[in-house]
Amino acid sequence: MINLQSVRKVFQTKDGEVKAVDTVDLNIKQGEIYGIIGYSGAGKSTLIRILNMLERPTSGTVTIGGKNMSELSPKKLREARQEISMIFQHFNLLWSRTVRENIAFPLEIAGYPKAKIKQRVDELIDLVGLEGRGGSYPSQLSGGQKQRVGIARALANEPKVLLCDEATSALDPKTTDSILDLLVEINQKLDLTIVLITHEMHVIRKICHRVAVMEQGRVVEEGDVLNVFKNPTEPITKDFVKQVTEPEETVDTIKQFISEFPEGRIVQLTFIGGRAGQPLITELIRKYEVDVNILQGKITQTQNGPYGTLFIQIKGTESALARAMEFLNSVQVEVEVIHNA
Amino acid sequence: MLSTWFPNVQWDVLLEATKETLYMSAISVVITFFLGLALGLALFLTSPGNLWGNKFLNSVIAIIVNVFRSIPFIILIILLIPFTRLIVGTMLGAEAALPALIVGAAPFYARMVEIALREINKGVIEAAKSMGATNAQIIFKVLIPESTPALVSGITVTAIALVSYTAMAGVVGAGGLGNLAYMEGYQRDNADVTLISTALILVIVFVIQWIGDRITTSLDKR
Repeated sequence: MINLQSVRKVFQTKDGEVKAVDTVDLNIKQGEIYGIIGYSGAGKSTLIRILNMLERPTSGTVTIGGKNMSELSPKKLREARQEISMIFQHFNLLWSRTVRENIAFPLEIAGYPKAKIKQRVDELIDLVGLEGRGGSYPSQLSGGQKQRVGIARALANEPKVLLCDEATSALDPKTTDSILDLLVEINQKLDLTIVLITHEMHVIRKICHRVAVMEQGRVVEEGDVLNVFKNPTEPITKDFVKQVTEPEETVDTIKQFISEFPEGRIVQLTFIGGRAGQPLITELIRKYEVDVNILQGKITQTQNGPYGTLFIQIKGTESALARAMEFLNSVQVEVEVIHNA
Repeated sequence: MLSTWFPNVQWDVLLEATKETLYMSAISVVITFFLGLALGLALFLTSPGNLWGNKFLNSVIAIIVNVFRSIPFIILIILLIPFTRLIVGTMLGAEAALPALIVGAAPFYARMVEIALREINKGVIEAAKSMGATNAQIIFKVLIPESTPALVSGITVTAIALVSYTAMAGVVGAGGLGNLAYMEGYQRDNADVTLISTALILVIVFVIQWIGDRITTSLDKR
């Protein structure tokens, strides 16, 4: 659906050249939710704007639905943009228009007749759950409602691709989740390809099928969300994965525990996919003469399946410990001994 | 009673002068609005990084606007005499004041239009572009509607400036309340005529300000 080949974007500044996007290749499939994560300044905003040519790439090709975006005439580009919608961090609604008029805006641009616009706006208001708010002005809405208007507006022209520019970064966690649920819903209902950029791993984890990690203009790691969670290779990816699997207090808790109870072995188990549901600990205690103390655990749902981490303390004789470790390594669970290896 | 307080005021003349002032102000405000809006849009759109970003064109328009905005109005009237004669055919009467009024006020309003347009959230323009809007659609569906409160408060300020310009134009033969205050009031030493002319100009200004404020408030949905 979307194909990027050796895309580069170089900005000329007073301090010389800045490579905002540096030789990026991407392949995004029809119907996929594709996440691009990176810290601010990583080039992800520029990259997403290259997809609809709000920024022109310095070199490389961008193909969407078989069209080479950088070679389209201005008229053809405007037509192509009606099929590639965008939603924004700060919503970018027209304050002078009501909710209905905001949603009607892209339809006016596309030249729909009035009666058709009214009917389509009604459908969209239902779809995003804004019944009864059609006559309100954006200033009278909450952040989440504003983003719903943004989404309705973006879907008005029945696009094939939806670009989300930090669409939840200005929202509180609860509202973020409701907007993410809405994105999954429209992805499934409309078979819409969604490309989103974010700095929150939570967003990637919750709705994305595949993820690309960006650092200094480059894509440093890419793959299925679950695989990236399982085997993050780059340090930056490990940092992002920790955002959701290992909240900061975990590290403190474990450190504190080790200093108070230095005996035994502290092990971090990582469960991927179906393994997260397996009664592993029961088996461990029954079969081997070890005591198991659960310190902290967490299961995280991704679009490709669950992902869990568990911190346990194992106590027992040396030989029992050795056999227990052997067992843990034999089942398909990632094992990392973090104390008394 | 009026004739005891204002013995030298000829009411029919005063009424005629008020009509002339209103006529000059109204026509010049309308033309200034459209001319200033066009100039302001041109200033904004040709500025670097904008829809028609063009450094050369931008500086040419900016220079024209700055020059005409900087010339004191009373001198502008004199400088424009040949131009006025050419298009109006005379230097006397309300019509003859119009070219100078418009040339003086339009660049002033153009700057206010430009400031109003700069205040628009850039993201909204980007959103319109991302929907495939043409430049004309961006101008008429985004730029102008999103800046209406500032455009209206700007034309209110400009209209008030124009009323005071008409008084100055009056002194050099355009008629109106300014002419009355100067010729009948000051020159003939009739203080009551000057006073009542001033009072009427103040009323006109207050009414314009009140209407402008009301419209600005009702348009602003932010």
